Amino acid sequence: MLLGPSLLVSAILFSLGVVGVLLRRNAIVIFMCIELMLNAVNLTFVALSQRIGIEGQVFVFFVMTVAAAEAAVGLAIVIALYRHRDTVNLQSINLLRG
Amino acid sequence: MTVIFWIIAAVAIGSALLCITRKSPVASALWLVNTLFQLAAIYVLLDAHFIAAVQVLVYAGAIMVLFLFVIMLLNLGRSGPSDIKGPWGKVIAGVGGLVLVGELVVLGRVTPPFALQQAPGTLASTVAIRGAVRIVAEPLFQSYLVPFEVTSVLLLAAIVGAVVLAKRRL
Amino acid sequence: MNPLAGSAADWAGLAILLPFAGFLVNGALAFWRPKARRAVSLVGVGSVAAAFVVAVAVFLAVRAAPPAAPYVRSLWSWIPVGDLSVSAALQVDQLSVVMLLVVTGVSSLIHLFSVGYMHDDPGYARYFAYLNLFVTFMVVLVLGANFPVMFIGWEGVGLCSYLLIGFWFTEKEKADAGLKAFLVNRIGDVGFLIAMFLIFSHLGTLDFRETFARAPQGLAAGGGAVTAIALFLFMGCVGKSAQIPLYVWLPDAMAGPTPVSALIHAATMVTAGVYLVARTNLLFAMAPVASAVVAGVGALTALFAATIGLKQWDIKKVLAYSTVSQLGYMFVGVGVGAYAAGIFHLVTHAFFKALLFLGAGSVIHVMHQAYHHSHRHADAQDMRNMGGLAAYMPWTARTMWVATLAIAGIPPLAGFFSKDEILGAAFTRGASQPFYLLVWLFGIVAAFLTAFYMARLMLYTFHGPNRTGDLERPHLTEAPWIMTGPLVVLAALTIVGGAINLPEVGALQRWLTPLTAQSAAFLPDLAPTPGVAIALMAGAALIGAAGLWLATRMLKPEALVPPERSPQETGFARLLLEKYRVDELYDRVIVRPLLWLARVVLWKGVDAGVIDTAGVNGSAALARGLGWIGSRLQSGQVGTYVVFFVIGAIAVLAALLK
Repeated sequence: MLLGPSLLVSAILFSLGVVGVLLRRNAIVIFMCIELMLNAVNLTFVALSQRIGIEGQVFVFFVMTVAAAEAAVGLAIVIALYRHRDTVNLQSINLLRG
Repeated sequence: MTVIFWIIAAVAIGSALLCITRKSPVASALWLVNTLFQLAAIYVLLDAHFIAAVQVLVYAGAIMVLFLFVIMLLNLGRSGPSDIKGPWGKVIAGVGGLVLVGELVVLGRVTPPFALQQAPGTLASTVAIRGAVRIVAEPLFQSYLVPFEVTSVLLLAAIVGAVVLAKRRL
Repeated sequence: MNPLAGSAADWAGLAILLPFAGFLVNGALAFWRPKARRAVSLVGVGSVAAAFVVAVAVFLAVRAAPPAAPYVRSLWSWIPVGDLSVSAALQVDQLSVVMLLVVTGVSSLIHLFSVGYMHDDPGYARYFAYLNLFVTFMVVLVLGANFPVMFIGWEGVGLCSYLLIGFWFTEKEKADAGLKAFLVNRIGDVGFLIAMFLIFSHLGTLDFRETFARAPQGLAAGGGAVTAIALFLFMGCVGKSAQIPLYVWLPDAMAGPTPVSALIHAATMVTAGVYLVARTNLLFAMAPVASAVVAGVGALTALFAATIGLKQWDIKKVLAYSTVSQLGYMFVGVGVGAYAAGIFHLVTHAFFKALLFLGAGSVIHVMHQAYHHSHRHADAQDMRNMGGLAAYMPWTARTMWVATLAIAGIPPLAGFFSKDEILGAAFTRGASQPFYLLVWLFGIVAAFLTAFYMARLMLYTFHGPNRTGDLERPHLTEAPWIMTGPLVVLAALTIVGGAINLPEVGALQRWLTPLTAQSAAFLPDLAPTPGVAIALMAGAALIGAAGLWLATRMLKPEALVPPERSPQETGFARLLLEKYRVDELYDRVIVRPLLWLARVVLWKGVDAGVIDTAGVNGSAALARGLGWIGSRLQSGQVGTYVVFFVIGAIAVLAALLK
């Protein structure tokens, strides 16, 4: 019933997440935009589970779990990075330059 | 109900927009919290009550709090020099975003290859009969038990990893 | 069924295998046991002598059962490609057996002579290896049953000529002479190849029998195609047989050991051109223009070379120009249409020219030894250093006089009959076509000059006072018997050789009829009327005698002075001495521009400039540039990577949209 509009909203949110990743240099803000993208995908799953089956919601459950784990580890990395380079601006973190 | 949905959706999109454009990381985090709340409301409208609750508890309640803690820890709260990219970056981001949303919308209108099996009202009636938690818990602990256990191992690994990475001295 | 099948003619291939085995053994010895002189001599001389025995056996078989058509033995199928089917085949017929006898016979004598001549040379084994290889290739050339096999022999003798001329390659002049011979020969070989292509494209075959069977129908007599074929074949002959304008390599080839000059540049290799024309006589008979060119070039060369020979001081150079001149005579013979006469002169010339060269070799050998004893570094080949050697080397002097009389055309020696037959044919044809009268005239003048310069050679070398020097004189002696023995044998052959084709008897002419019969349809009758014939014979003898007599009257050996003190030549004499400066002309007009082209244009321009700079260095620079671009992509900036990421994702989605 609300499938079409939900998919549209999900698409818009996902694109906004991508724009955010492309637009910002702060590592933590980029992380937040990635969380936004994950949520947009969750919305897609939930919307489709109305028509396909309950598996959609089960998968969302797992996505959230993994997102939590990812956020924890990712932020730990950001903290370690800050300790070394005194900044979280990704432009200055370029030791892997070829 | 459609009207309510569109109002909530508009707020969600608006706060997402604000989230990605704020200079202060704290402001971005708070706007993101708002977006997550709106999404939880949409989940309720979509008959995914349990997921909505988990969204508020885990995402908005735990993950975003974690973000705010880290921001506080690194003392990034004050607005420093702006970390938004210059004009060229904005152009690339804008164009990329527009193209992407266009493609996704077109893809959304494509007839899905899989058959949409259930009739529109099925989920609502199931929830009414069996309860929101039960319909998620049963597949979770029966068909998807192994992924569930694996996920718990994953969480263990994440905890260990986070602790090790963030320690001041190993 | 060919009458020769099952006879000794089946074994003709042995004449190739035996010298080749000699080459392999001597070659191996040259590598591992270069001092094993006895073994090398035995193998070297023995293999060629055995080949001569085979040749005699084949000759007897052919004499017993003369075939009307050549007897071809195909050994294996060599080039079966599409329409072209060339087999490695040998052909035994009257002409090839004559050539085989001459080649193996004269080679055996020269091998024997070389045992003495090259005795003190450190490259003894290598020399005999090369000489055996040469005989192998020459026999392949003579016995080939189709153009490609003959060409293998043709090229092979060219190669051996290069190896042997440049035998003492540590001296630059000698190495250069070998290179010059090979390169000039190559120019002629291009003509041979083009002729082969034309023959195949017009007649569809390269086999001799097939070609001559198809030619009268396949080619228009006197037409452009057959004339082109004949002219290109003749181009090959001009190179190999040292005619104008490609004769320049032969005098330089005297840098090689004298027996090599005797074998290769007098008796066998240079006669390959004459053999080729005689073999393809049908094609030449069908192309009168080409035949006229052959006769004309031959006559001109005969006269031209004879004039140069008048003023040379090096004994070998005189003989070299004499060879060029006599080859001109042979081409006059085959150009006029008297193919048997040309081959006759080839045979007699082989005898007396080999004799002359070997005799000169004896003289040079003895002079070398004399100078060796006195430790003087004078030129052992310059006639001004010789004189009066008849007293010290009687046998050499006698046999060389026999050869001189023969080449001057004094009856009843061999040279008289062969030369006279050629000139008679030219005169007869000249009665109807004035061009050939001119050819005849050139021949007569050249005959006179030949007698003159040969007498000059003999006078300055063997008669008059001795100019060698007091220290050397006690060491002047006759050459050892192993060297004078072949001289005597050759002198005997020179004396009786005329019997091969006496005027009325014409044994050789009749012998070769099966091979020249087809051409008779295209040629006028070449036999002069008896009265004219006798007049011509008498005239030729008189001219020869006159030349000899005039030389003895005009030249004064007493007046000669050793080269260091000789006065500078002037005027026309100087031009003759410097051989009309033809080599210098070629150098200026052909060689230097070619070297300039090679060095400046091709080397610096194309090779270093274009290929190295654009190609080699350019591709390296391109690779480096591309690599630089690639390295710029790795900026280490996560932001940039994400942009590419998103672009990729968009592209994948776009693909899904389709």
